[in-house]
Amino acid sequence: MANEQQNNRIVIEGELTIYTVTELKDKFLGGLLTNDELELDLSEVSEIDGAGLQLLVMSKQSAIALKKTLLITGHSPVVAELLDLSGLSGFFGDPLLMAHQSKLEGKSL
Amino acid sequence: MSPDIPDEYLQTFVIECRELLEQMEDALLIIERDPENPEIINAIFRAAHTIKGTAGLFGIDYMVEFTHVAESVLDRVRSREVMISSALSALFIEVHDHLGTLVNHVEEGTLPTEEVDARSKRLIAQLTQYLDTPITHEAVPSSDIAIVVKPKMNPVQGDVVKTDYWHISLRFGLEVFRNGMDPFSFVRYLSSIGQVVQLVTIIDAIPPADEMDPESCYLGFEISFNSDADKITIENIFNFVHDDCVIRILPPHSKISEYERLILELPEQEMRLGEMLVKCGSLTPTELERILRIQAEQADEEDAPLLIGDVLLQQKVVSPPVIEAALEKQKHIKETKKAEANLIRVDADKLDDLINLVGELIIAGAGINLIATREKMADLFQSTATLSRLVEEVRDSALALRMVQIGGTFNRFQRVVRDVSKELGKDVDLVITGAETELDKTVVEKIGDPLTHLVRNSMDHGIEPAEVRLARGKPVKGTLQLSAYHDAGSIVIEVSDDGGGLNKARILSKAIERGLVAEGANLTDKEIYNLIFEAGFSTADTVSNLSGRGVGMDVVRRNITALRGTVDLDSVEGQGSTVRIRLPLTLAIIDGFMVGVGNATYVMPLDIVVECIELKAWASNEGDEQYINLRGEVLPYRRLRDHFGIKGETVARENVVVIRYGEHKAGLVVDKLMGEFQTVIKSPGKLFESGKGIGGFTILGSGEVALILDVPGLMGLIEHERT
Repeated sequence: MANEQQNNRIVIEGELTIYTVTELKDKFLGGLLTNDELELDLSEVSEIDGAGLQLLVMSKQSAIALKKTLLITGHSPVVAELLDLSGLSGFFGDPLLMAHQSKLEGKSL
Repeated sequence: MSPDIPDEYLQTFVIECRELLEQMEDALLIIERDPENPEIINAIFRAAHTIKGTAGLFGIDYMVEFTHVAESVLDRVRSREVMISSALSALFIEVHDHLGTLVNHVEEGTLPTEEVDARSKRLIAQLTQYLDTPITHEAVPSSDIAIVVKPKMNPVQGDVVKTDYWHISLRFGLEVFRNGMDPFSFVRYLSSIGQVVQLVTIIDAIPPADEMDPESCYLGFEISFNSDADKITIENIFNFVHDDCVIRILPPHSKISEYERLILELPEQEMRLGEMLVKCGSLTPTELERILRIQAEQADEEDAPLLIGDVLLQQKVVSPPVIEAALEKQKHIKETKKAEANLIRVDADKLDDLINLVGELIIAGAGINLIATREKMADLFQSTATLSRLVEEVRDSALALRMVQIGGTFNRFQRVVRDVSKELGKDVDLVITGAETELDKTVVEKIGDPLTHLVRNSMDHGIEPAEVRLARGKPVKGTLQLSAYHDAGSIVIEVSDDGGGLNKARILSKAIERGLVAEGANLTDKEIYNLIFEAGFSTADTVSNLSGRGVGMDVVRRNITALRGTVDLDSVEGQGSTVRIRLPLTLAIIDGFMVGVGNATYVMPLDIVVECIELKAWASNEGDEQYINLRGEVLPYRRLRDHFGIKGETVARENVVVIRYGEHKAGLVVDKLMGEFQTVIKSPGKLFESGKGIGGFTILGSGEVALILDVPGLMGLIEHERT
């Protein structure tokens, strides 16, 4: 799966699943380190599972920790469906809510 | 794209897949007749699920992809959204076969060919149709599990929460992804048996980037769930992740204390979790406040957490049947696990080695025995007696290790019969008897092919088309019977059908045409029937896909002879025929009966010896030296001395060993009767293969060689001379 990477934009093509997360984790974190604002283009994602979603959450949290911005754009239908199912669209779509929540929850076990 | 997997793991994977596929096939064949059976549906689902899971573990994508679709359909069958139809079960049989092909690719380490890929695609497309059908919920009865627990509690005001919904808390284990499962598939499944009112995904456990292993699962859910299903049904959904996940299921109107405990037990901070429960709609803010207050008070009063006994008691108050059912289920699961743990997979070669060693041990023991006898050492003699008894037991249990029930082999024919009857358009029932009969693994492995030939032959040529059967006044449905039983030291396997039987005249004319018998030869019915085992014989007027190419029956006979067995055929015209295969129980060691002729020693299997008599006492003087009158029975006999061309003085007292093999009896005249002897069979090698009546040899304790008589062969010779 060729994932195009421009400077601040990563296009993920094909699977965003348990089979690809290890590889993608490094790519996402690399992108976050070198950019203040990173865009993940998910319009070409053909399959996403819990592991993929979890990786997105982690990336988002890292971005917040690094005080950087992570944008997720172009949700493909499978991505949209899973975000809807998980009830996490708010978490990604509204960075303010996240910042607020993370203060409240403290350190999780 | 399968990465480097160590061979031994791959091997285990392949073996396990094959076993699962076998179970799946059995279940599929049952489901055709009994489409409502939930246990069988579950069995099919589990097989598919496990295959998918392990394939995922090995990264065999093409298999995961394919199995996933099949599993999804099965999932819907399980939840009764899709009903099993004959079309669907036929489709699943195809799916099963295709999985077999995929497993073969895994074993060979090759990627599927284009053709196989195309078949995957076609099957996936067919399967997907079943996924698109709308959910037909209202038409379906909620559940047919024995204990139906309506989780309607007496709503004691103030004690219970207000919500009408179930609350499900899930924290998945780290290994969930790696085990090939996706937490969200459970959510999707839940929506198939009810409505997911509200779901909160718990992401708190996801560690910071540098500590996070993206292949580990850190997810959890709090779900508010509306369903009429009972607790067991809901619990069952999570059976596959049961071990490594935290699962809490609270029925509607649970006690507030239940929620309190839930909040205590889950890893997240109390406040945060409480909020999530409120967000889910499972608790009202007032209820949460109350819980937190109680908790705070308790923490002040006593530091001790709730005792597990109290907890259980509380739970018992809630709904005892649920607990009982759960306990029962746990017990059941434990028992199955135990039974599984009691089995060890052993390399067949190791068993062979063991048998060989036992064989050597027997020979060595016989040597000691001989010395003891010769030196007249009473003490030693006594210990060798004990020793040989023990060795005998070791031998028996070593051989028993190799014994397997023939049922497994027989059951495979359910499928063969099903396929062939579809192909031929005949309706045929398979009846199996004696499935628990045990025989040597090597024999079982080698008997499969000949049996398949026979079964197909019976269905193709034996059982008539429906209209012919009707005309003959038989039930339209044909019956094919496979049976096995022990008889005189051998095992007998019968394949019988209730078809038209063999046509004697046609067989005979064909045999004459092919030059197998001379014209005008006087043959018994049985001899005529058994002509079909001759090479190059086929009476089928049309060559079908299944049989009739003239290579069937002689190959069957050759295979069976190679196992030191025999095959023969009985037939009644218009009523059916029976093929009887007679095989030795084991190929390695037998209890022998030793006799002497001149200086040579011979051994025959003890099981076939009926009695020993003195020749002179029974033989009449005028006879042609071929028969004796044994208590009114005509018994053909033969001198082994003549048969093997042994020279030298005859002895004064000749003995006859009366042997029985199958339905034949005969006498063998020998010089000396030497008694029982445990015999390790060594194969005779090429040189003696053509020998008349030698089946192998064995080494005596003294180091001398004794020949083992090939009784079926000898019997054949004696029979032959009679005609």
